[in-house]
Amino acid sequence: MGLDTKGRIFDIQRFSVHDGPGIRTIVFLKGCVLRCKWCCNPESQEYAIQQMVQGGKTKTVGRDVLVREVIEEVEKDRIYFRRSGGGMTLSGGESMCQADFAVALLEEAHNRGINTAIETTACAKWEVVERFLPHLDTILMDIKHMDSAKHKAFTTRPNELMIENARKIAATGANLVIRVPVIPTFNDTKEEIGAIADFAKSINVKKIHLLPYHRYGIDKYAGLGREYELGNLVTPSDEKMNELLACALSRGLDAQIGG
Amino acid sequence: MDERLLTGIKKSERIQKLIDYLFEDKPQVEADRARLLTESYKATEKEPTVTRRAKAFAHILRNIPIVIRPNELIVGASTKKPRSCQTFPEFSFQWLEDEFETIATRSADPFYISDETKKALKEANSYWAGKTTSELATEFMAPEARLAIEHNFFTPGNYFYNGIGHVTVNYGKVLAVGFKGIRAEAETALKKAKVTDSDFVTRSHFLNAVILCCDAAIEYAQRYSELAKDMAAAEYDATRKAELLKIAENCKNVPANGASSFYEACQSFWFVQMLIQIESSGHSISPGRFDQYMYPYYKKDVDAGKLSLEQAQEYIDCVWVKLNDLNKARDAASAEGFAGYSLFQNLICGGQDEHGVDATNDLSYMCIEASMHTMLPQPSLSVRVWSCSPHDFLIKAGELTRTGIGLPAYYNDEVIIPALISRGLTLADARDYNIIGCVEPQKSGKTDGWHDAAFFNMCRPLEMVFSRGVDKGVQVGPQTPAVQTMKSFNEFFEAYKIQSDYFAGLMVNADNAIDVAHMQRCPLPFMSSMLEDCIGRGKTAQEGGAVYNFTGPQGFGVANMADALWAIKKLVFDEKRYTMNDFASALANNFGKDMDSAMAQKLTAQVAIEIAKQGKTPDNNDIVAIYNKIAKNKCSEDEKAFYAKMLEDIEGLDKFGNDRKEIDAFAREVAYVYTREIEKYKNPRGGAYQAGLYPVSANVPLGAQTGATPDGRLAFTPVADGVSPAAGRDVNGPTAAANSVSRLDHYIASNGTLYNMKFHPSALKGRAGLESFVSLIRGYFDQKGSHMQFNVVSRETLLDAQKNPEKYKSLVVRVAGYSALFTTLSRSLQDDIINRTEQGGF
Repeated sequence: MGLDTKGRIFDIQRFSVHDGPGIRTIVFLKGCVLRCKWCCNPESQEYAIQQMVQGGKTKTVGRDVLVREVIEEVEKDRIYFRRSGGGMTLSGGESMCQADFAVALLEEAHNRGINTAIETTACAKWEVVERFLPHLDTILMDIKHMDSAKHKAFTTRPNELMIENARKIAATGANLVIRVPVIPTFNDTKEEIGAIADFAKSINVKKIHLLPYHRYGIDKYAGLGREYELGNLVTPSDEKMNELLACALSRGLDAQIGG
Repeated sequence: MDERLLTGIKKSERIQKLIDYLFEDKPQVEADRARLLTESYKATEKEPTVTRRAKAFAHILRNIPIVIRPNELIVGASTKKPRSCQTFPEFSFQWLEDEFETIATRSADPFYISDETKKALKEANSYWAGKTTSELATEFMAPEARLAIEHNFFTPGNYFYNGIGHVTVNYGKVLAVGFKGIRAEAETALKKAKVTDSDFVTRSHFLNAVILCCDAAIEYAQRYSELAKDMAAAEYDATRKAELLKIAENCKNVPANGASSFYEACQSFWFVQMLIQIESSGHSISPGRFDQYMYPYYKKDVDAGKLSLEQAQEYIDCVWVKLNDLNKARDAASAEGFAGYSLFQNLICGGQDEHGVDATNDLSYMCIEASMHTMLPQPSLSVRVWSCSPHDFLIKAGELTRTGIGLPAYYNDEVIIPALISRGLTLADARDYNIIGCVEPQKSGKTDGWHDAAFFNMCRPLEMVFSRGVDKGVQVGPQTPAVQTMKSFNEFFEAYKIQSDYFAGLMVNADNAIDVAHMQRCPLPFMSSMLEDCIGRGKTAQEGGAVYNFTGPQGFGVANMADALWAIKKLVFDEKRYTMNDFASALANNFGKDMDSAMAQKLTAQVAIEIAKQGKTPDNNDIVAIYNKIAKNKCSEDEKAFYAKMLEDIEGLDKFGNDRKEIDAFAREVAYVYTREIEKYKNPRGGAYQAGLYPVSANVPLGAQTGATPDGRLAFTPVADGVSPAAGRDVNGPTAAANSVSRLDHYIASNGTLYNMKFHPSALKGRAGLESFVSLIRGYFDQKGSHMQFNVVSRETLLDAQKNPEKYKSLVVRVAGYSALFTTLSRSLQDDIINRTEQGGF
């Protein structure tokens, strides 16, 4: 175990500056429990290793790695972490689907003094979530919608478990940031964002990030032979985003557009 | 510190007016200097060269037309029209006459030239046949060096055709004592010299020349004083009248005397900066540590309540605009290599002082602000970084970077200071370094650095390994063993070293020949009067008068060479997947690929010209046949498939720039082939050679003369720029690329290394983006990288600018060691910039 814990990732991306403090290395784990229609990493959803066509070339998405291999890659930017207060962020997919691997990786990073963060939906049993918490400096958790039915319609799952987990994580005093992907036709009204902001306030979360919908992932759907269901959506305007930002700010939250 | 220095001082309305006026017309070539120079030379034929130079300088300054442009506060222009240029036939002139008909329409850096000017230039130029430095240099060069130049192994074009430039004089001295003070120093030295001294003849000639030059500079400023007074008399607007009267007063006092105010110091600085560029055509006249030598004047006026921050900023902004008023016409090939009308006037702020204490001050911030206000390519603004640099200062610099202007460039004190000490500078001098031109460090006021002595294409010797020294049917290099017989990688690497060393030696021969030609024909007494220890040693810098003397030719293509040698090592010797013969034939056949059509057209044109020279005129059919022969690959389908597989296998190898320690260490060794060889040589001024690793923008035109290379680079495409990874090959992001680049030895390349990184603006968004950006620089510098610069524009913006140049007249991008107007660059260079990996934050 520990350094030899095995997991499945599909990418390691260095110099990420929008996912946690400072300059970060993001480890993308493969496999997710949700199927969000807007997902910009559709190749992350299946746990299985897949083939994806990109730029006319077929590439294999997903590889099995050991914690020691990943940490070695993460170590390469230590000098930038030190200068910027950055570190490692786990993303996905959903890291909580590979709890043994993810926790071992986070623990190893912490042991080495590397700052850690996670981007998560926290769609997992509390016993699983709980294992992560001691090894995380920042938790960037998605709250996509307060209405469970609508949540299910766009992500395939109702939201109760996640809402409950958010409440519990916040109660531990962890450094929790709520992130909201702002998706036109799904949650881009003042009321819907307002409801999320109210919830954040109610559980004493201070920070909220509104992430505007983007279409960068659209080619990947074709590359996987899948249909992109939100083909007609357009990116929210700056004006719209600022309106929603004002709405979150009005709740007294430390809100920002983008990560 | 005043909060406004961080948030920015407002730009005065005057500045935009000055800029608009500057860009109203196309720059043009003017003939006054050439005419006056020739007049003087004709009248002084029996006199010593240094005296003739001084008298010609004085004759020019007494008679060249002078203008004060609308709204100017700092005055002094070398041309009637803004952004125009004079010519310098004493260095070379034939290229300009050859290009009279094309210079107005060429793609890189066009200049308008009137028929009248052409006539005047032709008349002046006719005197110079057989008298130029370039002709003398050609005579002095070894025949094999000339051959190597013809075959494009290196190009010493810069100093071959132009003055040397590349200097930072002691501006502070002129500000303090004026030219009267320098004149007095020369007079004292002259009095001290005894007729019995061994060097009395040359010493007295030089000192008298200095006196003539000082008088000429003083008189020139007086002409401006008179002009301003006359203009004031005719001026109806009371405000402008007062300004003109103030200008008249300034020019009366400086640069004759020491500056009595910050405003006068700015004016005095400007006269020095411009006059050096009238004396000689050398570029990279670098203002250096402006924030340091100007500071006492600023501080005194601010403390006395005589100068507001706003007023100081406006003066600085005016100086910035004036730095863009100067221009230089270069031959078409050099214009490609230095594209963007750049004069490389490198001005640096921040860093430590000679005692090792951080010297960042108010002016350091205001210099950055001035570049934000003017958004022009000059000065080439640089910033010194070390462990004690104020964080706020770097954030302010990052804000300028974020504008996308390609400024400032960042330099690492922690590498450059020890590197300079290793070249013989004292600790105090090394700490007080500034940057010349693109990236070349030196100590101001004491150095004749010859920093841009030649471009050495590191890929060409490798071609010679495969051809056993034969290029285009001529034995130009040593006959190393046939590659097919080589049994080990070491044998191959040895052959590369033999070829590389041979051509490096020829480059030294060529540079030294040029050096002596300048020494004999174009010594520069005016510039030398402001350089230690010329007056003490009694000779010009060109004759070895400076305290520190260097010659710095730069190699480029490190990344290609590392990837290429790595491919040979891995695929042929370690893994035995291919033979040397496979590589030899793949390179000869350009990996089975057709030639780029623009390149094929160019080569076709050359062949057509050759045929025409032989008295035959090729018709259309002939030309199509030639084109097809050149452009179309003649490989069979099987061969093409084999080469395609080979390219794929090469692509699958590790590449420099991706944070792979093994290949990065290998790249370091490859760079040593050039850098260690160069430092063995000496120049005629009593100094040593030191290598740089940077190409300016020559990686494009010189790449166009380089065949396919084993790293999979196709024939005639650009080679890698500076020490940056080859374009598009660094795929692990900026930190990985920076780690790789930091593994080169930046200390030994003490003439400078250049690392270009391109950012999408999203990576620098908000304060957090700036923080990460500064951390990236810090992280690279912690690992002892020496220089970093950034292009922050989106690919879309650049593509649109190619399509609609009129919309982007002022779009500035960093090309290499400098920033240039994107739309003035040649198409191929524009493409190269667009194709460089765009480093976005995710």
